[in-house]
Amino acid sequence: MNIIVTIKQVPDTNNITIDPETGTLNREGVPAIINPEDKNALEAALTLKEKHGAKVIVLSMGPPQAEKALREALAMGADEAILLSDRAFAGADTWATAYTLSCAVKKIKDYSLIIGGRQAIDGDTAQTGPQLSECLKIPQITYVQDVKVEGDTVLAKSVFGNVRRMVQAKMPALLTVTKEMNEPRYSTIRGIATAYREKKITVWNSKDVDAKPMRIGLPGSPTQVRKTFSPKHEREGKVFAGAPGQLANDLLGVLVDNNYV
Amino acid sequence: MIDYSLTDEQNFLRETVRKFAENEIAPYAQELDREEKFSVEITKKMGEMGFFGAFVSPKYGGQGLDYISYIIMVEEIARVDGSQAATVAAGNSLGIGPIYYFGNEEQKQKWLPRLCKGEILSGFGLTEADAGSDAGGTLTNAVLDERKNEWVINGSKMFITNTSNELSGVVIVQAVTGKSAKGRKELSCFIVPTDAPGFESRKLHDKMMWRASDTSELYFDDCRIPAGNILGNKGEGFKQMLQTLDGGRLSIGSMGLGGAQGAFEKALQYSQERKQFGKPICKNQAIAFKLADMAIEIEAARNLLYKACWLKNNGLPYGKEGSMAKLYCAEVMGRVANQAVQIHGGYGLMKDYDVERFFRDQKLLDIGEGTSEIQRLVISRYIGC
Ligand SMILES: Cc1cc2nc3c(=O)[nH]c(=O)nc-3n(C[C@H](O)[C@H](O)[C@H](O)COP(=O)(O)OP(=O)(O)OC[C@H]3O[C@@H](n4cnc5c(N)ncnc54)[C@H](O)[C@@H]3O)c2cc1C
Repeated sequence: MNIIVTIKQVPDTNNITIDPETGTLNREGVPAIINPEDKNALEAALTLKEKHGAKVIVLSMGPPQAEKALREALAMGADEAILLSDRAFAGADTWATAYTLSCAVKKIKDYSLIIGGRQAIDGDTAQTGPQLSECLKIPQITYVQDVKVEGDTVLAKSVFGNVRRMVQAKMPALLTVTKEMNEPRYSTIRGIATAYREKKITVWNSKDVDAKPMRIGLPGSPTQVRKTFSPKHEREGKVFAGAPGQLANDLLGVLVDNNYV
Repeated sequence: MIDYSLTDEQNFLRETVRKFAENEIAPYAQELDREEKFSVEITKKMGEMGFFGAFVSPKYGGQGLDYISYIIMVEEIARVDGSQAATVAAGNSLGIGPIYYFGNEEQKQKWLPRLCKGEILSGFGLTEADAGSDAGGTLTNAVLDERKNEWVINGSKMFITNTSNELSGVVIVQAVTGKSAKGRKELSCFIVPTDAPGFESRKLHDKMMWRASDTSELYFDDCRIPAGNILGNKGEGFKQMLQTLDGGRLSIGSMGLGGAQGAFEKALQYSQERKQFGKPICKNQAIAFKLADMAIEIEAARNLLYKACWLKNNGLPYGKEGSMAKLYCAEVMGRVANQAVQIHGGYGLMKDYDVERFFRDQKLLDIGEGTSEIQRLVISRYIGC
């Protein structure tokens, strides 16, 4: 069985600030990491591999620097890595990304599962996974916390808010997993050595995956970002002090003045 | 041409070991130190990570690292805890090293895979009660019993790391095997399994430092091992010991470097958070300059140590630089840990603050694997005094 894990390299938002002038992320010097829930996805795939035997292929679209994220995935135990890299992919929204990934998946052809993280910490959309399954016309199970494979079906526990569902699907299928699912393993020292010295990263451009020019990158993206900004907190809290009766009066006064009551 | 950059692999290795050390070692370091407890659990986890057999070829289950990578690994562990770094450094440089470098194929096949996995731990028994700096003064002796084809060892060893815990599997022991033609002691090294008859280890208690590292006395009372357990040829023990210590010094150096880095970071952070006279104490030049001095010395120590590793990696002589690096890194950590405690004021004297432990752990580095006096002796000979 082949399992494809989609990963995205993201800036470590624990270490990031937003430039108040331009509203863009200060990426300078911020470490790039594998999107945390994509690591959970990889861990899920590696666990399935240990149980059933599988080849785990990590797939990422990104600039050449995303190679570092793929090396890390290889160090954790992935067998193969594919980087989709092309200037023409730049500016892609989730829809164009999903389409591009689907072209690569079609080229890989032989697979039983695609596993990705629920969402990326730099965009928080949770769209790419589901859109990818739509592009491929395969079943999707999202917000997965537990997974079992039996024969040609996958059985997953999906948890959304306080709704828990057991969902079964015929493979090939796509899963998006949440951080509650598992604890991603550390790369071992040997894993690191093999990832950097022995394993190869395949790079595919838009032609390699036969992607239609109008469906990738900025031209293929229906979402147009007009402006990014950090929300301004203009309203300020106000502290009242005094005896309880007086406080109740003051508070009522504010509510009345603002037409809340 | 000088190129100071580390490879992507080395950078990622540092990142990974740092994360492991911060998550799996740091939270337990204070408690293990206080209770003077060797942690089997952490040691096993370190084994699973591949911290043992760092420079051993994958052919024997090793990790196949270059020496700089190995040193970075120890450095990152020492950045959070000297004791765990000691377990790893002694296991690699002192226990596994001699088997890998001087063992025959059969010995390597037999011992290395389990040692590299961390299933069993190893150490190097050189020091004796009456033979410390003067390691050639070894009294422990080994006699070949030709009838049974066994070596019979008698004597004792002092201060041996990694040899009295439930993972201890094997110890390399230096013993006298005769006299050379010139009447000098002939020394040889032996692979002694910890379950050999006549072998006993007793844990040493109440250490000031490395309290979570396992240190013991070893006793050999007609201890019998197969004749084939001699390392290399009879009489090569002294040379093997010197070579082992050359490599070991680099790992002690990295413990000094990592410890200095750890103490420095703690001090820097504390100085930014602690306010007196209405401002963070690091805003006082007296404190800021201490931190600047620490940063300079750490940088210099790192360069010296990495250069020594680079020489070793490239098969060049590194004895002098290794000795310098061991001494300098140890002493830099001494100065840094001392000032780190100073910057913490009274809190730095309390066990709840890591710098207190770093301050104590540092002292071993001036003494183990050749005292600072012996290093200066070695260096002075190299420079022609
Ligand atoms: C926690 C711990 C772990 C250890 N682990 C190991 C281990 O795994 N394996 C092992 O074999 N050993 C180990 N040792 C032993 C360590 O290597 C010795 O303690 C060290 O070599 C010093 O020997 P000594 O203690 O006998 O001191 P001594 O040699 O007695 O030295 C005492 C003092 O005299 C000085 N001195 C001695 N000779 C000279 C000289 N010629 N010129 C100037 N000054 C001199 C020394 O520098 C020192 O200041 C360990 C020690 C400790 C404390």
